[in-house]
Amino acid sequence: MAEPSKAQTSDRKSLLIWILVLLSVLVLAQWQSSLPDLKSYPAAWTLPATDWLNTGMDWVVGAFKPVFRALSAVMEYPLFWVSGFLGWLPWSVGTVIAVIIGYRAGAWPLAAFTGGSILYILLMGLWPDTMNSLALVAVSVPLAVLLGFGLGVAGYYSPRVERFLTPVMDITQTVPAFAYLLPILILFGFGPVVGLIAGIIFAFPPMVKNTIIGLRDVPSDIIESGLMSGATKGQLFFLVRARAGLRQILLGVNQTTMAALNMIIVASIIGGSEDIGWRVLSTLRKAEFGESLVAGIVIALMAMVLDRITYGLATRAPDMSPQQGFFGRHQFGLTVMGAAALTYLAALGLPDLQTWPDDWTVDPAGGLNFGIEVFVLWAKPVLDSVKNFIIFTLVLPLKIGLVNVVGPYTWGFTATVWHAVGYAALVAAGSGLAFWRGRRGQAITIVSFGLIMFFGLTNLTWPGASLLLIWFGFRSGGARLAFWTLAALVFILSTGSYDKAILSVQLCGLAVAASFLIGTGLGIAAAQSDPFSRILRPINDTLQTMPVFVLLIPVIMIFKIGEFSALLAIIAYAVVAPIRYTEYGLRNVSKDVIEAATSMGATRSQLLWRVKVPLAMPNIMLGLNQAIMFGISMLVVTALVGTDELGQIIYIGLSKGNFGIGFVAGMAMAVIALLADQYCRAWQKRIDAKLKGARP
Amino acid sequence: MPGPVKLSCRNLWKVYGPDPARFFVGTNDAPDALAQKMRTGGHMPAAIDVGFDVHVGETFVIMGLSGSGKSTVVRCLSRLIEPDHGQVLLDGQDLLAKSDRELIEIRRHKMGMVFQNFGLLPHLNVIENISFPLRLQGLSAEKQRARAAHVIELVGLTGREHSYPSQLSGGQQQRVGIARSLAVEPELWLLDEPFSALDPLIRRQMQDEFLRIQRVLKKSIVFITHDFLEALRIADRMAIMRDGRIVQIGTPEELILNPVDDYVAQFTGEVPRIKILRAHQCVVAMPGRPDGLPQVAPDDRIEGLLPKLAASPAGLDVLGPSGVYLGTVTAASLVETLGRAESAHPSQVAHG
Ligand SMILES: Nc1ncnc2c1ncn2[C@@H]1O[C@H](COP(=O)(O)OP(=O)(O)OP(=O)(O)O)[C@@H](O)[C@H]1O
Ligand SMILES: [Mg+2]
Repeated sequence: MAEPSKAQTSDRKSLLIWILVLLSVLVLAQWQSSLPDLKSYPAAWTLPATDWLNTGMDWVVGAFKPVFRALSAVMEYPLFWVSGFLGWLPWSVGTVIAVIIGYRAGAWPLAAFTGGSILYILLMGLWPDTMNSLALVAVSVPLAVLLGFGLGVAGYYSPRVERFLTPVMDITQTVPAFAYLLPILILFGFGPVVGLIAGIIFAFPPMVKNTIIGLRDVPSDIIESGLMSGATKGQLFFLVRARAGLRQILLGVNQTTMAALNMIIVASIIGGSEDIGWRVLSTLRKAEFGESLVAGIVIALMAMVLDRITYGLATRAPDMSPQQGFFGRHQFGLTVMGAAALTYLAALGLPDLQTWPDDWTVDPAGGLNFGIEVFVLWAKPVLDSVKNFIIFTLVLPLKIGLVNVVGPYTWGFTATVWHAVGYAALVAAGSGLAFWRGRRGQAITIVSFGLIMFFGLTNLTWPGASLLLIWFGFRSGGARLAFWTLAALVFILSTGSYDKAILSVQLCGLAVAASFLIGTGLGIAAAQSDPFSRILRPINDTLQTMPVFVLLIPVIMIFKIGEFSALLAIIAYAVVAPIRYTEYGLRNVSKDVIEAATSMGATRSQLLWRVKVPLAMPNIMLGLNQAIMFGISMLVVTALVGTDELGQIIYIGLSKGNFGIGFVAGMAMAVIALLADQYCRAWQKRIDAKLKGARP
Repeated sequence: MPGPVKLSCRNLWKVYGPDPARFFVGTNDAPDALAQKMRTGGHMPAAIDVGFDVHVGETFVIMGLSGSGKSTVVRCLSRLIEPDHGQVLLDGQDLLAKSDRELIEIRRHKMGMVFQNFGLLPHLNVIENISFPLRLQGLSAEKQRARAAHVIELVGLTGREHSYPSQLSGGQQQRVGIARSLAVEPELWLLDEPFSALDPLIRRQMQDEFLRIQRVLKKSIVFITHDFLEALRIADRMAIMRDGRIVQIGTPEELILNPVDDYVAQFTGEVPRIKILRAHQCVVAMPGRPDGLPQVAPDDRIEGLLPKLAASPAGLDVLGPSGVYLGTVTAASLVETLGRAESAHPSQVAHG
């Protein structure tokens, strides 16, 4: 503990600076019209980063094009064969193989789920598209797994390699997917190889991480017992270390598969292959929502089946009663081959078993479209009023400020000076009350939000916003975080990304805040009630395994294209992490502490709010951190439904083939994501310190 | 009685820290002074000038508090940890001079080790775990099976061959660990707190098993424990370690009766005297005793004589090596000696 007098003076000083910072923000925002350079960063001060990048890229393409094209041709080779094979494979044989693998991974329930999913795909007539996507997965996953495993082993043995890999992997996962589709597209040329390479780049990091963890976490007793059994270096690695860590490594395969699938679906945006992602996108663009939904469900099913199968194979318990002999040991492989061969023979005789006949398919899209239209018409008054309420009270004020939003059309009255005075009085009263109760942080938060909502993020002026953010960074994480904030701002301002970045922050911030509140609430409920938790879990699993775009479809169907749909889609995607982390944190509060509190006579709600929630705070904060990361990655995808921020720029860059524009916007987004991560870590540190300090 | 020396450990040092080697260059410091220099120099000496011999067929126990360096020493013996200084001689050959290849051969044929947390491979079943070292050597499946079956029977796991470690109790898992370490038919058997992770009852049972196995196999053993009663039951000789140093070596009785310092006395103080007293220490001269009393040897433990004494209330005659009469143990003499021993400082018992 520092001396109280010293602490008090430093407290008083920081309060003074807060007041000064907020006052200057207010002044700048109020009088910005007289100084136009304040509102948006003057174009003359920006660096022509876009041009430099384009020139640089032109040079790279010019110099290395043959190399990349050759690489592309090499990669196309396995893809050609695999997709050729899957295209030739009779549906009946494919189904039999998939169902047997499903049985192996998860017994009858998973076998039935696999069979049911395939039946849906066949009935919808989407077998060929699905096989085209599967071919990309089948080629990119083994390559990503090999790459990831190799790098993981290197990282395990050499801390230096690991130190180098960690930031590289963080970047490949925080730079929005679209942003690096672009350089790949330019370097490797148009075609399915782009999806393949993007899939590998995006999907190898989980393999590296799980490999390192798996190899490292083998208990020392096991390693030593291997050594004492007389293992050579190679035996120790393959028979002991890698084998004992295999489960973790296979979990890496599971995560890699899911990441690759996700990226492959996103990559279909560049078109050119008749895969299932392209089917969703192209129908979505034509506003054929029914068709889009039908195909979107295929993606969702494919994701779930692949997830459950790879997860099931990773965590499968060893065979408790192993069979002896050649047939016993190779039972599974022989069953698959035998069943496939038999089915193939049958298919030779019955053409219907080779190609699913057209008259066995159904087309629910028309009916779906009609149904949706009827529903939307019927529910329009309610939906519209919900949408408008949220837009007028939250989305727009955060963007352009209450001062510009309030009007007869939106709020039902015209804003006067007296309304502003009333608003100011309300904010002052709220923060005064908080201050009087000793909650200084709360008081400052109320004033800051009051200010932001009044003027709107876009009207804070860039010097004002920067000042506020840097000071906030300093208060959260000291000089270091203030410095990183400054660096991020310099990047964003000097590349001329500020205006769009603010809009990204507005949309994503709102969505993340909403998903954090909703998710934490649901997480608390799930931690308190087992039945609720059981209901929530499969929903979470589904939302999380779903390739991002699929979430867009139902939202657009109901709310049409626009910012509100983007908001909902981001919330749906980002809400899972806070739910999970909150529930996990609450459920893992030490039993002793709970018993002690109970014996002191804490009620159920006191137990929750005074004991469990504070102790679970580190986990809840992790949930927030994850929600931000998920939110940012979804932001780019929502550019498809017409937002007006960095994601849109990336999308434009991609569709025009302008590398510089897209790349700068992608980097800006990564910078925002990394900075947000730093803030979360800083808060987390403070919470941890508080929890530790509270202990005697 | 002791056979030839199997393992000899001389002036062994293990020092954790950035650069332990520099402390050993041209130094004449006494071990304690050198260790102190290391500590002030930011190093952690975990084994300090450790030296002892293990004879063929002997069970040598190392005990000490947690962190005293027991595991470090036993790992230095097999070079799982590389010592910084000193010698480890197995059958007279310096292990520290062996190449990696030679070391692997020695581990494959001459050493077996049992670990506190078992160290079983979770993906292998009992028989596969046990034959794992044999598989590494490339033995034929036939030989592997025969040897594994032999040790499985030895440790009493028959019938559980196909269970996985996760399906076994702690005691059963350690039986697997023991069987695995014996599968290579080692001459030197190292056990690092093999029973510490087990419940007291199971621990006791496993100690009996251990003694039974050792009676059959007669290995040369280094056994680590922090439980003095365990050491007392199984040790032929033992060493007590404190902060990396060996403070005393001797038979359990010697340590109890002549502890060199309070640290050793604290370990031994808890031991009920009846567990260590021997017949010759409790005798009284009884000239007019009845004839035909049962005869016992002077070194017999009193604890083991109690049933005989109950059957022969008049007393037991203690006869020396050449049949010399040393005295008689009676209920009264026993109680009197015990009373004296429990109340006195342990070191006085021997002289009392
Ligand atoms: N890798 C290491 N780096 C630094 N110090 C170590 C390392 N390994 C062990 N030590 C230290 O060496 C000392 C001896 O450790 P050791 O494991 O040999 O103790 P032990 O007697 O086996 O204790 P226990 O009964 O807890 O197993 C301890 O103080 C420990 O902190
Ligand atoms: Mg130990």
